[in-house]
Amino acid sequence: MNAAPRTLFDKLWDEHVITVREDGETLLWVDRHFVHEGSHHAFRKLDERGAAVAEPGLTFGVADHYVPTRGRPVIADPEVAGMVERLSGNAARHGFRLFGLDDPAQGIVHVVGPEQGLTLPGLLIVCGDSHTSTHGAFGAYAFGIGASEVAHVLMTQTLWQRKPKRMRISVSGRLGPHVSAKDLALHVIASIGTNGAQGHALEYAGTAISALSMEGRLTLCNMSIEAGARCAMVAPDETTFAWLAGRPHAPSGAALAEARARWLALAGDPDAEFDRDILIDGNAVAPTVTWGTSPEDALPITGSVPDPEAMPADAARRAYVAGALDYMGLAPGMPLEEVAIDRIFIGSCTNARLEDLRAAAAVLRGRKALVPGLVSPGSSLVKRQAEVEGLDRIFIAAGLTWADSGCSMCVGMNGDLVASGERCASTTNRNFRGRQGLGARTHLMSPAMVAAAAVTGRLTDVRDLPPLEG
Amino acid sequence: MQSFTTLTAPACPLGLANVDTDQLIPARFMKRSRAQGYGGFLLHDLRFDEDGRPRRAIPLDEPRHAGARILIARRNFGTGSSREAAVYALWDYGITCVIAPSFGDIFASNAVKNGLLPAQVSEADAETLLGLLADGGSLTVNLEALSITVTGTNTTEHHGQRFTFVIDPVRRLQLLNGWDDIDLTLRHTAEIADYRANRATSQPWTFPEPGMPSQAWNIRGAKGRLRP
Ligand code: SF4
Repeated sequence: MNAAPRTLFDKLWDEHVITVREDGETLLWVDRHFVHEGSHHAFRKLDERGAAVAEPGLTFGVADHYVPTRGRPVIADPEVAGMVERLSGNAARHGFRLFGLDDPAQGIVHVVGPEQGLTLPGLLIVCGDSHTSTHGAFGAYAFGIGASEVAHVLMTQTLWQRKPKRMRISVSGRLGPHVSAKDLALHVIASIGTNGAQGHALEYAGTAISALSMEGRLTLCNMSIEAGARCAMVAPDETTFAWLAGRPHAPSGAALAEARARWLALAGDPDAEFDRDILIDGNAVAPTVTWGTSPEDALPITGSVPDPEAMPADAARRAYVAGALDYMGLAPGMPLEEVAIDRIFIGSCTNARLEDLRAAAAVLRGRKALVPGLVSPGSSLVKRQAEVEGLDRIFIAAGLTWADSGCSMCVGMNGDLVASGERCASTTNRNFRGRQGLGARTHLMSPAMVAAAAVTGRLTDVRDLPPLEG
Repeated sequence: MQSFTTLTAPACPLGLANVDTDQLIPARFMKRSRAQGYGGFLLHDLRFDEDGRPRRAIPLDEPRHAGARILIARRNFGTGSSREAAVYALWDYGITCVIAPSFGDIFASNAVKNGLLPAQVSEADAETLLGLLADGGSLTVNLEALSITVTGTNTTEHHGQRFTFVIDPVRRLQLLNGWDDIDLTLRHTAEIADYRANRATSQPWTFPEPGMPSQAWNIRGAKGRLRP
């Protein structure tokens, strides 16, 4: 018998193998396939072949990328209306479940999947979106794919893959007060670089990870793609199971007992080996913000904007930093806390779950924002619960706009844009040039840090601005 | 799928690092149908302002790099969003090979599926090639031999200089043969059916809607359908 110790990822991989080709390409079974309005290229490929969706019962559609966050259900932009209609049409024609604009459970695909119990430990989950890595927080093998692969999954419910290498990031200690999974994620990416985990399946372990809530783990796995990881995961534990309890599509009763036993067995064997093993000191992570145009351009809020002239040895790096600072409109050496912002955005699949909104609201409670800003909950269910808790009133009282759920200003496809030259403190995952709008300047940070920036009008250490009493 | 064997063509040194797919094609253009052509959107916001007026000439726009079909970039090309439209933009513009020290994983996979070669070279070789091609010139990229040869630059001094590149062996074969994944998958319909039946029995909770129809092993309309 093959008794070699296996990692969590090894087990997930093995469980999904249908067949292995001579060249090592492996055909894997897909348990969940999420599609969105942007999947139209893949449906076109399907139509070109005259093919049907192989497993409508394992295919789920979500309208999120292009949907408006104000004035629903009207969609003013005819192009966008057309895209949402095309998705509805495909769902109707192929008979799969759609969380459309009018569905009370609509939201961002990576928020809806877990919320509905569609994301479960042990599953292989794909979606035509790079942040599909998010779902790995449950101990699932989840990754983003391109349109050709989406078409392949639609037609066959399978995917050809080569096994990625295995990498572990162990985070010791515990994150400090007001330090969140987002800070840890930015800290990790800054430490290993945007291609630091390239070609690897990434597993997080260690005390600081065990202590994270599901929301925190989702944030961390979400951002792992920004470190180049193919996918990221955390072994399922009691935190996972507690979160799943009672979710609409999660197993219950006898099936749950059986499933739990399977899920617990997914944890890596004690002696399992990783191709790369990295240690991070969780106690040393500070509230972190980005200064440049790549998520790896991140520093503790107590730091200063880097100076390209101080990098004489590396001409390419110097040119990159100078270019990034030029785009961002920042002066070398400037303390990060002196960077004034024009607006804020709280939203996206990275940081718009209930816990994120609560963290932002805790800072904003009883305070006013000095800059305008938009708060877009991760799903319509998150929105409703936030309203039950009165979070919406805190945001509105602070002067922010409380909107409907969607990708919104994370990617600016729906018209929620940061104006050219404007600087935005944002809970999203990408500070790429133009990501939030042509010429937009994005600083990534946690929800609490965004809230703190809103209050002072500049990048701010949230530790200096704790929640007001009462 | 389009195959790739060798290509001799003008090569353009783009010289940028971290060219993410948001830059390759900004999100707002992805609503369009592919039939309209994506070439005009390639690196749009680097090159054009809001109103579509030229803003900053990047090497691709310079006459000495006219007709480039090969792009040379720095590390981490195609990182970020999984949008295959980034490959469509390159392809529709005329680029069929990108040379860089590293690529975003999903981009590289998308590239191969569309017949575009992501050729990975060392950081040092990328720097050398960027320098050699600065004033224009052409390269021959040979996927069979995994080689890049300088075939035309201003000075003949470097003609014939050879570099090697790497690409995942499976992707290399796919590109060389122009294999279509779906046709390959159809050879395994019986195994897929067995797997599905087994999974539905052993872990029924992985099928949240058990009443739904399934035809994973019976793909309609596929050309060259293979019998199990
Ligand atoms: S919120 Fe942003 S990162 Fe998340 S799925 Fe939407 S566009 Fe992608």
